[in-house]
Amino acid sequence: MSEIETFYDVMRRQGITRRSFMKYCSLTAAALGLSPAMVPKIAHAMETKPRTPVIWVHGLECTCCSESFIRSAHPLAKDVVLSMISLDYDDTLMAAAGHAAEAAFEETIEKYKGNYILAVEGNPPLNEDGMFCITGGKPFVEKLRHAAKDAKAIISWGACASYGCVQAAKPNPTQATPVHKVIMDKPIIKVPGCPPIAEVMTGVITYMLTFDRMPELDRQGRPAMFYSQRIHDKCYRRPHFDAGQFVEAWDDENARKGYCLYKMGCKGPTTYNACSTIRWNEGVSFPIQSGHGCIGCSEDGFWDQGSFYDRVTDLTQFGVEANADKVGMAAAGVVGAGVAAHAAVTALKAAQKKTQSTKEEA
Amino acid sequence: MTDTSPHIGASDDGATQASRQTSVYVYEAPVRIWHWVNALAILVLFGTGYLIGSPPPSMQIAEATHQFVFGYIRFAHFAAGWILTIGFLGRIYWAIFGNHHARQLFYVPILSGSFWVEVWHEIKWYLFMTSEPKKYIGHNPLAQLAMFFFFTLGVSFMIVTGLALYAEGLGIDSTLYALFGWVFTLFGNNPHIVHTFHHLGMWWIVVFMMIHIYVAIREDIMSRQSIVSTMISGHRTFKDDKPD
Repeated sequence: MSEIETFYDVMRRQGITRRSFMKYCSLTAAALGLSPAMVPKIAHAMETKPRTPVIWVHGLECTCCSESFIRSAHPLAKDVVLSMISLDYDDTLMAAAGHAAEAAFEETIEKYKGNYILAVEGNPPLNEDGMFCITGGKPFVEKLRHAAKDAKAIISWGACASYGCVQAAKPNPTQATPVHKVIMDKPIIKVPGCPPIAEVMTGVITYMLTFDRMPELDRQGRPAMFYSQRIHDKCYRRPHFDAGQFVEAWDDENARKGYCLYKMGCKGPTTYNACSTIRWNEGVSFPIQSGHGCIGCSEDGFWDQGSFYDRVTDLTQFGVEANADKVGMAAAGVVGAGVAAHAAVTALKAAQKKTQSTKEEA
Repeated sequence: MTDTSPHIGASDDGATQASRQTSVYVYEAPVRIWHWVNALAILVLFGTGYLIGSPPPSMQIAEATHQFVFGYIRFAHFAAGWILTIGFLGRIYWAIFGNHHARQLFYVPILSGSFWVEVWHEIKWYLFMTSEPKKYIGHNPLAQLAMFFFFTLGVSFMIVTGLALYAEGLGIDSTLYALFGWVFTLFGNNPHIVHTFHHLGMWWIVVFMMIHIYVAIREDIMSRQSIVSTMISGHRTFKDDKPD
């Protein structure tokens, strides 16, 4: 490992002053929600620790995670990719191709056995022995297992690797399977979203490289620092929700006033992510700010939860368009009719009995 | 079936030999108070719960800062939910320390053959296949079965899913979330699914409510014992002296 430079070495080599380096450490501590006392620790770690090699593999996915990642504003993806991590293999970002790329892949695994981080974008399809996704002439699932065997930890980038995303939506013909259901014996950190927020991705990597451990995770294995609150909890339109002021239809007056998108099917109340605080594209905006409800892309199986535009979504189990209210009202209607019919028969029987007993008495 | 200790009613003053009614003290005060508080809580929960799923039309009373319409609807839902929850816990306490009628809500004697025979008898009674119902001091066996599956299990489900959803508002580092976070794992790790099932649960309780009220009134008229007034006074009175 000694031949790998430390983060500090690389930064100094790139002409970054000691002063700028310390500023960077403070900013990183603030971004990760750490106390100022952690700044010297970050600095010390960066001065002494060799950069951690990262292998980044791609399964069934759309590369939106990579697209997001390279747009990180802070820390700049350039810094992360070039200075902080030693990205030894990433088939979409690396210059090498073909046999040279595969050779680099094998070499990294061999050289840094048990010390590299495996970042997985996308997921392996398991149906037909994994033939639905071939990379480097082999099913992706084999490559994943091979790379995971000697990894220190695994990062599941995006909804694909974390939950399966659109290719795992019903009926999931290729049997696309999230990483944690294929690799059982390694610590896995899920960074869901379609894609995840760029700053969240770089923040997670920064944390893991700086402290050499996983950040605190929630019960699903997502980093708590970014996924512990719902979009709804920090939404700037929340006052309109509490006031009962909603967008009733697209482009109505309420939409122009920026009212709450709850009635338009916004999934903010059931979605854990940092969009409403960190936002996107250097903090320019996020879906709700742009006038569209949250679609819940960082939640498990979000494609299968009915329409993006309904609050009470359809239940596909019934085969027709029916939501909880329609099902419930139908049940209540049937029972109500049953009760009425039963009451009628009861009254009829009672009247009959009365007539009979009057006859007997007579 | 019963050991009706004869309680001679007011009619037994010798003046008239009309209907001599016997009565048994069945529902103790805590059970009766719980029943009506619980009923009220369910009504509030149903009304506000429906509105949380399908909010009322937007209102323009004041600036959003000074307007809290949806907030109050949610507040009423949460407050009624806590009353229901604490009431239910109190009811469980009373099932342990109250009389044996207080326990009927929480178990079904599935291993008792005579229980199922009586259930069948009650079903026949409701299908108009038998002309004379039996006397029961507590719930009749069919009622006990329905209460357990519709009400006890239904309300338990609503309390558990409701507390889990409420815990989300408190935050994932709250004690309540630590206690009920597993609910989300159970429902596919997506809180939206829990919302949907909580919503379906609402209709489950509504269906129970409709049947419960209809049957209570019908039995009050048709059966051989009092029903509705029993949940007010606590006394079960019988309309005839004939054996079970």
